[in-house]
Amino acid sequence: MTLYFTKDHEWISVEGGSATVGITDYAQAQLGDVVFVEVPPAGTQVSKGKEAAVVESVKAASDVYAPVSGEVTEGNAALEADPALVNSSPEGDGWFFKLTLSDPGELDGLMDAAAYKAFVDGL
Amino acid sequence: MSDVSEEIEDQALPLDGWHRALGARMVSFAGYHMPIQYEGIIAEHLWTRTHAGLFDVSHMGQLTISGEGADVALEALLPGDIKGIAPGRIRYSLLLADNGGILDDLMVTRLPSGELYVVVNGATKYDDIAHMHEHLPEEVTLNHMDEHALLALQGPEAVTALKRILPGVEVMTFMTAGAFDWDGVPLWISRSGYTGEDGFEISVPAERAVDLAERLTAEPEVKPIGLGARDSLRLEAGLPLYGHDLDPETTPIMADLGFALPKRRREEGGFPGAERILIEREQGPVQKRLGLLIEGRQPVREGGVVLDGEGNAVGRITSGGFSPSLERPIAMAYMPPSLGPTVQLEQRGKIFQATVTPMPFVPHRYHR
Repeated sequence: MTLYFTKDHEWISVEGGSATVGITDYAQAQLGDVVFVEVPPAGTQVSKGKEAAVVESVKAASDVYAPVSGEVTEGNAALEADPALVNSSPEGDGWFFKLTLSDPGELDGLMDAAAYKAFVDGL
Repeated sequence: MSDVSEEIEDQALPLDGWHRALGARMVSFAGYHMPIQYEGIIAEHLWTRTHAGLFDVSHMGQLTISGEGADVALEALLPGDIKGIAPGRIRYSLLLADNGGILDDLMVTRLPSGELYVVVNGATKYDDIAHMHEHLPEEVTLNHMDEHALLALQGPEAVTALKRILPGVEVMTFMTAGAFDWDGVPLWISRSGYTGEDGFEISVPAERAVDLAERLTAEPEVKPIGLGARDSLRLEAGLPLYGHDLDPETTPIMADLGFALPKRRREEGGFPGAERILIEREQGPVQKRLGLLIEGRQPVREGGVVLDGEGNAVGRITSGGFSPSLERPIAMAYMPPSLGPTVQLEQRGKIFQATVTPMPFVPHRYHR
């Protein structure tokens, strides 16, 4: 299992040809209290860098972009009833969706944990 | 430096360092650095509804208007009964343009000296001052109290906390005000606020604002609350926010603020836009500010569109968000009053169902 990060503050955990996507702890802290999450249903084709999910805090609505392209295999149904999981466990139970990678080469250029930490420290 | 910017830098308010030391997240608002939240908007919102929250509203404009005939002169600019305000009483009113559009909403208090103390919105205060300077006669003096901070203590336990520090505040009722002395510091305290709860607004000399904020938050009932919760609290209370729910395109009747048009002024007229406003009051407005309960969990925010039965855009959302008390999205919209009770909304291409509902969404609990 390898963990990657994007400059849009998504994380992607890759195991073989499949992956889980969510937003980082930094992102949830910036958003504040999350009150609504819309995740893509299984079967949705998502494209790297394009909108894949919506997260809304008390303050504002934000798009979540697909860090890589692929077909969604599962959206996190738990977020519908309990969107605050994104705040309490952003990199665990608060994951957004799982997908099958269509082009593993797209992982090149994403950051590892150390690079992401340096990126956030520089913001 | 080659980076030439026309933008005016945000200013620091007297409590700036105090907010930062408490870990507040600061944002730009009305030309100032302001705290949007400390521990989180929902927690702060619910704390204010059950205990007491301290809000720094020092960005707001505090003015005094004095001189012979100040009240009569002010009545030429707004529809309130200013002559009839007794010392220590507060009135809500609206600064109006010549066409009856709303330039600002404000609170007017008569001080024991007979002068008028006026609190206006932060984002509009310099425009308000310019407008008043232009329209008030020579013999009336306008003073901007920019050496004063303004703190709001709001919530059902606000009185419990404040009377421990300043015995006597508990006898005041909603929309009254008085002078208090806090260890030699002169305070002007109003029993008023913007949350729908009982509470106080305290004008304090800027150099003592940190001391007072420290003293108030030392009480177990009191926590500091940011602008984020201030917005969600006022939305639940059905209170309009200038620049969003009120602007020069809206009138007092459209905004459902008819209570700000007392009988004497309606009969006498003589306020800006009187003819249009009084006709609109008789005939009913084409568009009116109404409350909406939105189905589902996703908020519909400012900019959302109200649709009629044929899917035509006939109204707009001016404030919307998640209500922490009701745990559901709520909104204010300008729309034809005949529409409803169920309406469709559209936001970013998605359709939402909503129901027109009386405001406030959460009952007011003023100390009358």
